[in-house]
Amino acid sequence: MTQRRQVGSDRRRPAAELEPSEQLGVAGPARLGVKKTWKLFLGGAFVRSESGRYLVTADGNDNYPHASRKDARDAVKAAQGALSGWAGRSGYNRGQILYRLAEVMEGRREELMESLERGGASAARSEVDAAIDRAVSHAGWCDKLQSLLASSNPVAGPHFGFSIPEPIGVVAIAAPDRPTLLGLVGSICPVIVSGNVAVVVVSESDPRTTLVFAECLATSDMPGGVVNLLTGPRQELLTPLAKHMAVRALDLWNVAGELAVSLERDAADNVKRVSRREADESAWFDAERGAALTGIERFVETKTVWHPMGA
Amino acid sequence: MQSTHGGGSPALSGMLAPLEPSPPVDRIAAEERAQSLAKRSIKKSAKVAGLRLAIQMMDLTTLEGSDSRGKVSALCMKARSPSPGDHGIPSCAAVCVYPNLVPIAKEALAGSSVKVASVATAFPSGLSALSVRLDDTRRAVDAGADEIDMVIDRGAFLSGEHARVADEIAAVKEACGDAHLKVILETGELGSYDNVRRASDLAMYSGADFIKTSTGKIQPAATPPVTLVMLEAIRDFYFATGRRIGMKPAGGIRTAKQALHYLVLVKETLGDAWLHPDLFRLGASTLLNDVLMQLKKEESGAYQGDEYFTKD
Amino acid sequence: MTIKLVEEKALMGQDRRRAERRLDFGHAWDYAPAPEGTDHVRLASRYDLFIDGRFEPPGAGRYFETINPATEARLAEVADADERDVDRAVAAARRAYDQVWARMAPLERGKYIYRIARVIQERARELAVVESLDGGKPIKESRDFDVPTAAAHFFYYAGWADKLRYAFPGHAVRPLGVAGQVIPWNFPLLMAAWKIAPALACGNTVVLKPAETTPLTALLLAEIIQEADLPPGVVNIITGAGKTGAALVGHPGVDKVAFTGSTAVGKHIQRALAGTGKRMTMELGGKAANIVFADAPIDQAVEGVISGIFFNQGHVCCAGSRLLLEEGVHDTFVRKLRDRMATLRVGDPLDKNTDVGAINSKMQLEKIRELVASGEEEGAERFSAPCELPERGYFFAPTIFTGVAQSHRIAREEIFGPVLSVLTFRTDAEAVEKANNTFYGLSAGVWSNKGARLFKMASQLEAGVVWGNTYNKFDPSSPFGGYKESGFGREGGRQGLAAYLVVE
Repeated sequence: MTQRRQVGSDRRRPAAELEPSEQLGVAGPARLGVKKTWKLFLGGAFVRSESGRYLVTADGNDNYPHASRKDARDAVKAAQGALSGWAGRSGYNRGQILYRLAEVMEGRREELMESLERGGASAARSEVDAAIDRAVSHAGWCDKLQSLLASSNPVAGPHFGFSIPEPIGVVAIAAPDRPTLLGLVGSICPVIVSGNVAVVVVSESDPRTTLVFAECLATSDMPGGVVNLLTGPRQELLTPLAKHMAVRALDLWNVAGELAVSLERDAADNVKRVSRREADESAWFDAERGAALTGIERFVETKTVWHPMGA
Repeated sequence: MQSTHGGGSPALSGMLAPLEPSPPVDRIAAEERAQSLAKRSIKKSAKVAGLRLAIQMMDLTTLEGSDSRGKVSALCMKARSPSPGDHGIPSCAAVCVYPNLVPIAKEALAGSSVKVASVATAFPSGLSALSVRLDDTRRAVDAGADEIDMVIDRGAFLSGEHARVADEIAAVKEACGDAHLKVILETGELGSYDNVRRASDLAMYSGADFIKTSTGKIQPAATPPVTLVMLEAIRDFYFATGRRIGMKPAGGIRTAKQALHYLVLVKETLGDAWLHPDLFRLGASTLLNDVLMQLKKEESGAYQGDEYFTKD
Repeated sequence: MTIKLVEEKALMGQDRRRAERRLDFGHAWDYAPAPEGTDHVRLASRYDLFIDGRFEPPGAGRYFETINPATEARLAEVADADERDVDRAVAAARRAYDQVWARMAPLERGKYIYRIARVIQERARELAVVESLDGGKPIKESRDFDVPTAAAHFFYYAGWADKLRYAFPGHAVRPLGVAGQVIPWNFPLLMAAWKIAPALACGNTVVLKPAETTPLTALLLAEIIQEADLPPGVVNIITGAGKTGAALVGHPGVDKVAFTGSTAVGKHIQRALAGTGKRMTMELGGKAANIVFADAPIDQAVEGVISGIFFNQGHVCCAGSRLLLEEGVHDTFVRKLRDRMATLRVGDPLDKNTDVGAINSKMQLEKIRELVASGEEEGAERFSAPCELPERGYFFAPTIFTGVAQSHRIAREEIFGPVLSVLTFRTDAEAVEKANNTFYGLSAGVWSNKGARLFKMASQLEAGVVWGNTYNKFDPSSPFGGYKESGFGREGGRQGLAAYLVVE
C-alpha cells in the first residue's frame, strides 16, 4: 500500500524522465509527489463515499470510493435539485456550457490521456479526441433538437397545437465499461442536452478517468448536480437507482442477463423509461451515430399544447 | 386602444350598481358551446310545445322604409291570430314598428294581449343628437308604445366612450317612463364577443329591461353564440343584482329549427324563469310562417306548402 | 356604532337575498325522448375470433357475454381466447408479416388503410350505435367523436405509409414485426384505431385484444377489415379478459406491446416483460388538474371543466378530475358548476340528448361508489347533480366535491368516473406545485386570459398534453401520451410512428 502511494501521480512516467535528484534519492525522492484523492462527484462537489468504503483500481495503483446505496440516493437528490435550473436554461446557454466542457477537456488532454490506462498513448489520444469532439457535437444540439423534434400539429379545428420535446428528469446511466472516457461522455451528453440531469454509474473496470472528467465538469460552468458520478460495483448501485421513485429513466449500456431483468423489473415500479443497448467498444468511435438525434430523442418527453385561435 | 373588458369602471351617472370589468369571452369555446346546444334533438311533443312558445315570444317585426298603414294593420292581424281558424295557436308577443306607425298598430291591436314595440333613438344608426333620440323615444311612448327598442351608439362604444354610451342608455330609459326598454347592441358591428359582453353589461347596468342583438339591418344579425354570450351576461347580472333582464335575438331568424335552437340556449343557460315572453323575445319578420308550417306538419304528419299560409 | 349595526344588518339582508337568487332548471319546456334508431344494426348472437382473415371459434369453445350497461341486457356472446388461440393469432400475424405486409409496396399498404377509413365512415352510424349499446356512452359522443375520430386516425396514418423515410430524416427505418395490442373499454373503437392504424402504416402486423366489456365494435372493425380485403393475418382480433391479454403480451412471437389501460396493469406488464427486449408503449392512468385563474373566460372555463370531467362519464384517462380554482373565483365558479350540472341529462345512452350515459360496468360503478364514499368520509363536501337515474343499468349522478385537500384519496386516486374534486390555490407557483403533486402526468388544463401566464404554466406542468383555454381535444396529427406513471411513448402525429419502427 505504501509502496503504491509512493509512485503517486507519477505512475506512468518512465524512470528516464525523472529528475536526477529523484533517481539518485537514496532516502526516497527529494520531493514527494502529491497524490490525488479519488472521490465521488455529487452535486458539483467532490465527496467521499458516506460508507467510508473504497475499492482499488485494477492496476493496484489507486483507491477509489465504493459508493453506497446512500451515495446513489444523495446523487439523485443532487440531480433533482439541479433539474429545474438546468432544464430552465435556454438551449443556447446549455450549448455554451457543453462547449465550455469541451474546452476544458481540451485543456486537460494530457491528464485525460494519462487517466486512460489501457491501450497505449495513441489509443488514449484518439479516445480523448473523440470524447472532446463528442461534447462539441452535442453542444451544438442543445439549441437545435427542439426545432427537429417539435411539431406544429395540423389539427382539424380552430386550435393551434404544437408538440415540443421536454426533459424527462433524473436519468440514471450505466456507462459502458469501455471505452471509459468516450463511453462516459458519449452516454452523458445525449441525456443532458435536452435538459435532463444524470446520475452515472461509471466504468467499473477503469474508474480513474472519471475523476479527471469530473474535474473538467467542475471547472466548466456545468451547474452542480447536472452530472453526478458514482464509482463502485454496477449491480450494487444500479439496483437502488432502478428502484428509486424519483429516477424517471434508465439508460443501460451493455447491461445484460439477470441484472438487466431485475433492473427492468424494478423500473416498472414507477413506470421508468428504460433504454437498454449493447455497443462494442469500437461502435462508440462512430462520430455520426454517437451524436445522432435518435439518441437524444430517447430521453425526451413530448409535450403537446393546444390553444384556441380566435379573439 | 382601450380595453373593452378590463379597463376599469367608467364613472356613470344613474348606474344601478358599480360596474366591474367584464369577464373575457373565448370565441372558440363559446361557439363550441352554442354549436353543441344546436345538436339538441327537439321532436314531437317538445317540438310542438317549443314552437308554440316561440310564437308567444315573437316580436313580429316590420321595419322597412315602405311600411304603410295597410302593411302594419295586416301584420297586427297576423300577430293577434297567426293562424286564422286555428284557435289553438297563441298570439305573438308584440308587433315592432317605426314610431310613426305606433298609433296604427295600437289601434289594430286594441283589446289584444299583443304589445306594441317601437324602434326609436334614430333607428337603425342611432347617430342623431341625443336630444333628437330622446324626443324620438318620448313621441313613441306618447303614441302608445309599450316597449322601446333603442340602439346604442356603436361608434362611441368602439372608440372607448363607454361612459357616454351608458349615460345615453340611462337617459333613454328615463325617457321611456313606464315603457320597457330594449337596448339593441348591434352585435354585428361590435367585432368581438368581448365587446358584446361589455356592451351587454353596460346596457344592463344602465337600466335596460331587455338586451337585444341587432337592428336586422346589419349582417351578421343574431347568432346563437352571440345570444349565448348575452344570456351569460344576463345570468351574471341576475346573481349580482337580483334583477332579471330579458333577451331578444333579432334578425336572421327565419326557420322553426333556428327558433327552437334559441329556446334551447335559454333553457340551458337561464332556466325556466326566462322561458317566458316577459324575459325572452324573438325578433323576426318571416319566422312565423315556418313555425306555423312545422306545427301543421306535426299535427298532420305531412310536409306543408307555403301557399297554405298567409303572407302578410 | 348604531350606523355600523344597521349597515351590518343591511349586509346580512343582502347576503340572504343573494342566497335566494337561483336558477330553476325545471320542466317549463321538456325535451321529448329522442332515441337513435337501431334498425340498421345487425348484431350476431355470437362472435368468434378473427384470426388470419376468418372468424374462427375458440379452441376451447368457451364464450362470454357482453351486456348493455344501460339496461343490463345481453347483447351477444363473444369468444374467450386462451393461450392456444393467442398462439394461432400470433402465428397468423407472423406469417402475414413475413410473407405479405412488410414486403408490400408502402403506398399499397397505405391504400388498404385508406379503405378501412372509408368503410368506417360508411358504417359510421351502425358503429356509433353499437359503441353506445356495448359501452354505455351517449350516442352524441360515439356519433360525433369516437367514430369520426377513429376514421380520421386511419386516414391520417394511411398517408404516412409511403412517407416514413421523411419522418426520421437521416435514418433508415423498418417495422418491428408483430404488435400485440391491448386496449381499454372507454373508447373501444377509437383505441383500436389508435393502435392499429400506425402499426399497419409502419409495416407491422397486429394482434389486438379489446376489453372484455366492450368487444363489439372491434369485432365490427374485423368485419370492416374483411370488407377492405386486407390480406389475412395482417390484423387479428381476439377477445377475452385479462388472462388473454397477459398471454398476448407475454407471447414470445410478439415484438412490440402497446397497452392502454390502468397504471397498475401497465406496471404489471412492464414487470412481466423485463429483459425480453420487447418494445413497449404504455398509455396509462391520469389525475389531471384543470387550473382556472380568476382572469379566465369564466363561462367557457365552466364548459371546459364540465366536459373535462363528465365527457364519457369521466371514463377518460386524461379527464380533468382535479379542479384547481384561484381562491377569489371559487364561490362563483362552484355556483356556476352546480347550475351547469343541473342541466346535464343523464340516462339512456341512445337518446340523442343524453349528456352522460351509463357507467361501463358494475365493477366500475362499485369502484366509483367506493371512492365517493371515501371522499365523504374524509370530510369533503359532496354535490351531485339533481337528476333522476334510470332504475335499471349502471348509472352515477355527476358529482363534485368541494373542500378537498391534496391528501384526500379523491384528490390522488384515479376515479375514472363522473366525479370532480375541487381545490384552491393562490399563486401560479402554488397551482403548478399542486398540479404536479401526483405520480400521474398525462394531461392538464389551464384557463387564463393572459397568454404569457398560459405559456409559462404549460411549460411547467408535468403533463403530456396541456390544454390552454380548452380541454379534451384530440386529433390524429397531435401526439398524445403521458409523463411519469401515466406511461411512455406517444400516439398520434409523426411522433406516434416511432413506437412502431426501428429507427436505425
